[in-house]
Amino acid sequence: MTRGERRSFFTGLAFTSPWIIGLAVFTAYPVLASLFYSFCDYSILKTPVWCGLENYKELVSDDLFWLSLRNTLFYAGLSVPLGTIVALSLALLLNADVRGKPFFRVLFYLPSIVPIVAASMLWIWIFNGQVGLLNWILTPLLAPFGLTPPAWLVDPTWAKPALILMSLWGTGNAMVIYLAGLQNVPKELYEAAEIDGATGWRRFWHVTLPQLAPVIYFNVVMSIISSLQIFTQAIVMSSAASGGTGTETDGFPARSTLFYTMHLFATAFYDLRMGYASAMAYVLFIIIATLTWLATRISRDRLN
Amino acid sequence: MSDPALTSQLRVASSHPANGGGLGARVKRLLWCAGLFSCGAMSFAAEKVKVVYWDKWTGPEGRSLRAVVDAFNRSQDRIEVEVLTVSPVDRKTLVATAGGNPPDIAGLWAYNIASFADAGALTPLEPFMREDGQTADEWQARYYPVYQRITRHNGVVYAAVCQPAMITLHWNKQLFREAGLDPERPPRTVHELDEYARKLTKRDPRTGEITQMGFLPQEPGWWPWVFCRWFGGQLFDGENITLATDPRNLEAMRWVASYTKDYGKDAVTKFASGFAGQFASPQAGFFSGKVAMVLQGVWYNAYIREYKPGLDYGVAPAWPSAVPGIDDFSLAEADVLVIPRGAKHPRGAWEFIKYLSSPNLQAQSREELTGIELLSYIQEKNSPLREWSPFFANHHPHPKIDVFRRLSASEHAEITPDIGIWTEYHREVLAAFANVRLLTATPEEALADAHRRLEKSWARHRRSLERHGQLPAKQNAEVKP
Repeated sequence: MTRGERRSFFTGLAFTSPWIIGLAVFTAYPVLASLFYSFCDYSILKTPVWCGLENYKELVSDDLFWLSLRNTLFYAGLSVPLGTIVALSLALLLNADVRGKPFFRVLFYLPSIVPIVAASMLWIWIFNGQVGLLNWILTPLLAPFGLTPPAWLVDPTWAKPALILMSLWGTGNAMVIYLAGLQNVPKELYEAAEIDGATGWRRFWHVTLPQLAPVIYFNVVMSIISSLQIFTQAIVMSSAASGGTGTETDGFPARSTLFYTMHLFATAFYDLRMGYASAMAYVLFIIIATLTWLATRISRDRLN
Repeated sequence: MSDPALTSQLRVASSHPANGGGLGARVKRLLWCAGLFSCGAMSFAAEKVKVVYWDKWTGPEGRSLRAVVDAFNRSQDRIEVEVLTVSPVDRKTLVATAGGNPPDIAGLWAYNIASFADAGALTPLEPFMREDGQTADEWQARYYPVYQRITRHNGVVYAAVCQPAMITLHWNKQLFREAGLDPERPPRTVHELDEYARKLTKRDPRTGEITQMGFLPQEPGWWPWVFCRWFGGQLFDGENITLATDPRNLEAMRWVASYTKDYGKDAVTKFASGFAGQFASPQAGFFSGKVAMVLQGVWYNAYIREYKPGLDYGVAPAWPSAVPGIDDFSLAEADVLVIPRGAKHPRGAWEFIKYLSSPNLQAQSREELTGIELLSYIQEKNSPLREWSPFFANHHPHPKIDVFRRLSASEHAEITPDIGIWTEYHREVLAAFANVRLLTATPEEALADAHRRLEKSWARHRRSLERHGQLPAKQNAEVKP
C-alpha cells in the first residue's frame, strides 16, 4: 500500500466510522455476546456461569421448543406460499389495463401501512366468534350445509389459520415489488409469445413467471424470514382472546399460537433465562439461514 | 444523594438474606453509622432528594397514585417523589436494574416478588425496619396476615403493599329474579353454584345457541390456578411441585371441564367468544348480562359504575365453599412497591414506603386521610392494614367494603404461590386450564403434562441458584395470623 493509498484508506475509514462503530456496538457486540451467553446460565442480574452445551441439550428435550417450532413452521409453511400467490395475483390484476388503476393500487397497499398492533385490534373484532364480520359472512354461506363457522381465535384448531388469513392482509409490500418486476418484463417477449400463439396462461407460465423469478426469490426469502419471526400480531391477538391473563405469552388457546419468538421472549424476559433464550435465538438463526440457503439453491437451479 | 455505605450494606444483605448479612456485629454497626451519618448530612443539605418511582398505572388508578405521591411530597420537605408511568414496568425495571440505573421505587405485581428476588433484583426491607427499631415481623404486624405473606419470598420481606384487593363472587340480582332465584342469596357451595348456573342459563329456542350463562370458569380466567387451592389442593409444598400429585387439583380441573361437558363444547366456546377479552367494556360478560355470576375483585364496583351504571348486583361474603373445612375462601392480590437493587436513594424510597404503610389511623374526614388509606379510598379498595381509621371504615365509597375487609382477615385468603418459577408455572396452568375446558386433554393428562415440565424447571431453577451461590431455598416461613 503506498502512502497515498493508506491515506485514502484511513480517510475512508474515518468517514464510515459512525456506521462501523454503530454496527460494532449495537449489532456485532450483542450478537457475539449472546453467542457466549448461550453457553451460560445467565439471568441478566447475576454473573453468567459457563455451563457448556447444557442449554442446547435442554432445547432438544424441551417439548415447548418443539411445539413452538412446529407452530411456527405451520404458520410459515402456509402463509409464505399463500402470501406469494395472493401478492402475485394482485400485482397481475393491478398491472392490467383497467380504469382506476392507481386507486386500486392504493387500496390494496393501504393495509401495509396500518401499524401492526392497530391491525391486530381490528382483526380481533373481525374474528370474533359471535359478532365478528367474518362469521357474519360465513354463517349464511355455511348454513345450507348444516355447518357453523368456528370461533377462530378462541378455538385451538382455528387460531393459527386465523393468523394466516390475517397475514394475507399485509401483502401490499410484496405486491408493490411484484408490480415493479412486472413492469420490467420486456414487451418484446410478450409480442414474440403472441406471434408463437401463446395466450393467457401459457404467456404467464413461459414469459412472466421466468422473468419474475428473481423478484419471487427475493420476496419468498423475505417472507420466510419474517414469518418465522412472527411475534407482534400473535402476542396481541392471543392475549386479547385469552382475556388478558397477565402472561400474554402462553399461546392461547392451549398453546396453539405459541410461536418460536414468543417462547423465546417468555423465556428471556419473564423467566429471566437469558442463556437459554440466547441458545434459542441461535437455533432460529441457523434454521433461517438454512432455509434461505435452500431457497437460493432451488432458485439457482430453476434460473439455470 | 448517593449513599454508598448503605448500598453496599444492602448488597451484602441481599446476597445472604438468611443470615442477615453475615458480617461481624461491629462492622455492621460501623456501616450503619456511616449510613446514618451520610443520611444526617443529607438532611442538612438544602437540596431535596429526588426519588424516582416507576409505576404501571395510567387512568384513574394512575391519578390516584399521583394524588398520594403529591400528598407525601407536601407532607415533608426533604424528599420529592417523582412518578413515571412505565410499561411493562416489571421487565423495564429488571433491565434497568441490570444496567445499574434502576428507579428507587418500582410498583410491581406481587407475583413478581419471588422471581425478582431469586434473580437478585430486590433490596430486602428488613434492614430499614430494624433501623426503625422493629423486626420484620413486628413491622409487618400492621398488615392482615395474607398481606404479610404476599410481600415475602422465602420469609424475607421485599415489598410493601400498594394497591390491595380481595376477590369474591359478584352476582346479577336482576338475572337471579328472572330465573326465579332469591336475589339476595348467593350460592354457598360449589354444588349450589353449579345448580344456580344451570337455572341461569338460557338458550335460543330456535338455534339452541346459548344466550346467557349462570357462570363460566374462564370468565375472567385470570387465576385458574386458584381453583386448585379453592378445592383444597396444593400447587407447591415448599419442596416439590404438587400440581399432578395432589388429587384435589384434579378435582378442581374436573369441575372446570364439567362446564364444557354439561353445556356443550361448541356452544360454550361460541358463546364465550362473543365477549372474550372484554373486561373494561360494556360488552364484558357480566356487564352485558350474559354471565350472571363472576369472580371479581374489590375494584369491580368502580368498573360497574363506569360500564353498567345502575346494575343491580350483590357481593358474596366469600367464595362458595368447594370442600368441607375451607370456608371464607378468597383470593388476595396486590400491587407492591419494591426498592430495586442498586437504587440510588433507597432511604428516600423507604421513607415513601413508610408513609404509604403508616396512614393516619385517627382520620375523621377525607382531608385527614393519608398513605394507603388515601389511596384505597380514592380507588375504592380495602386497606391491607388491620386497623382502619374511623373515616375510612365508616365512609368508604364501596358499599360492600366490609365483605372485603372480612375476607382480608380470613385464614383461607389465598395468594400466588411463593416459588421462583411462578411465571412459568402460571403459563403451564393457563395452558392446562385451556386444554381442560376445551376438552383437548383430560384433566389428568393436562395436569401431568404441566407437572412434568414444571418438575424439570424447578430442578433447573434450584441448580441455577446453587450455581450462583444463593442459599438453597429456605422454604415458606409461615406467617401466623
